[in-house]
Amino acid sequence: MLQEKVLTGVVLDERFRITLVEVCRIFEVSAERVIELVEEGVIEPAGGPEPPQWWFDAPAFERLGTALRLERDLGINPAGAALVLDLLEELGRLRR
Amino acid sequence: MEYKDYYKILGVSRDATPEEIKRAYRKLARKYHPDVSKEPDAEEKFKAINEAYEVLKDPEKRKAYDQLGAHWREGQGFQPPPGWEERFGFRGGGFTEGGFGDFSEFFETLFGGGGFRPRNRTGFRTRGEDLHAKVHIDLEDAYRGTTQTITLTVPEVDPATGRLVDRRKRLQVKIPKGIREGQKIRLAGQGAPGMGGGPPGDLYLEIHFKPHRWFRVEGRDLYLDLPVTPWEAALGEKVPVPTLDGRVELKIPPGSQTDRKLRLKGKGLPGTPPGDQYVILKIHTPPADSEDKRRFYREMAERMPFNPRQGMGV
Repeated sequence: MLQEKVLTGVVLDERFRITLVEVCRIFEVSAERVIELVEEGVIEPAGGPEPPQWWFDAPAFERLGTALRLERDLGINPAGAALVLDLLEELGRLRR
Repeated sequence: MEYKDYYKILGVSRDATPEEIKRAYRKLARKYHPDVSKEPDAEEKFKAINEAYEVLKDPEKRKAYDQLGAHWREGQGFQPPPGWEERFGFRGGGFTEGGFGDFSEFFETLFGGGGFRPRNRTGFRTRGEDLHAKVHIDLEDAYRGTTQTITLTVPEVDPATGRLVDRRKRLQVKIPKGIREGQKIRLAGQGAPGMGGGPPGDLYLEIHFKPHRWFRVEGRDLYLDLPVTPWEAALGEKVPVPTLDGRVELKIPPGSQTDRKLRLKGKGLPGTPPGDQYVILKIHTPPADSEDKRRFYREMAERMPFNPRQGMGV
């Protein structure tokens, strides 16, 4: 069935910004989980030192999603996920 | 419906221990995880591995599956034996730690569906899975922006039977002008449906450009190999050049050689700042396909002695 309505999404580009609250809602995780991933170096927030001031750019948002899937599907803890993500990014650079 | 050989999928023997099954699963799951693997069918393989593990890790399901017998082959036509439901009573859902749409018809028939993932233990309310799809667009569409019709297979609950069915879904999606290769568009709520009143997942579209007959793309910049004649390169000349915005005139500086790179500022993909178009000159020689032309080439050789290999000492 054709949906006539044209959907407009959000491009994950350099203008993309998302707050801690929005991230928690989208991935259905607690703020504590996100803070833990920040502390483990999986993702880096911008905006300020305190969580309420944080926002995340597109690469951080995508890294967070991947880290959560790696944990759910492969049982990889945050430190392991950070390592996997760094190696995947390195691999991506080498492939280019 | 096709029989699934779960032992073969995990690459273990029928008498494998639970530890061997777990090791085989972990190894394959790492290899084919869609976030990690570059294999084109990684997602399908990952689902198959998870389905096989879902059955073989659970002693009850494994026992029931084993009772089907060892004579079945992967992909063979299959119907459950009479009285299956009464004997094993897996139907009705909730016995399986799977997400929506993760399992095959074979699995659903034998073991039921409608389970929930243990990742969310807050109850049965679970957000739907995110879906990921690649969209291939023309470079011209990235330059101007477009609306793309996308067809996806999305798992949905059939209201009549309460069972999962794959439904073809067509979406019209706005592709904004200036989108770049590899960028993703997030469409909130367009993923797989949630369970127990949970919200649907999101849909991520990864944009890729179809190969263009003239242009190569790097970020927002475009690269074009432009054929020029020896006299245009040597003497300098204004020549027409294609851009995504139409034809422009480009002044070739006198004394240009092949591979000289000229920039058309702002003629790349739109953005802040917009990309540039680089024109790389490629000198093409006219064919010496007549006695007259061959004589002219010989005359050039006599009147313009030139050794382009001088720097090589030969």
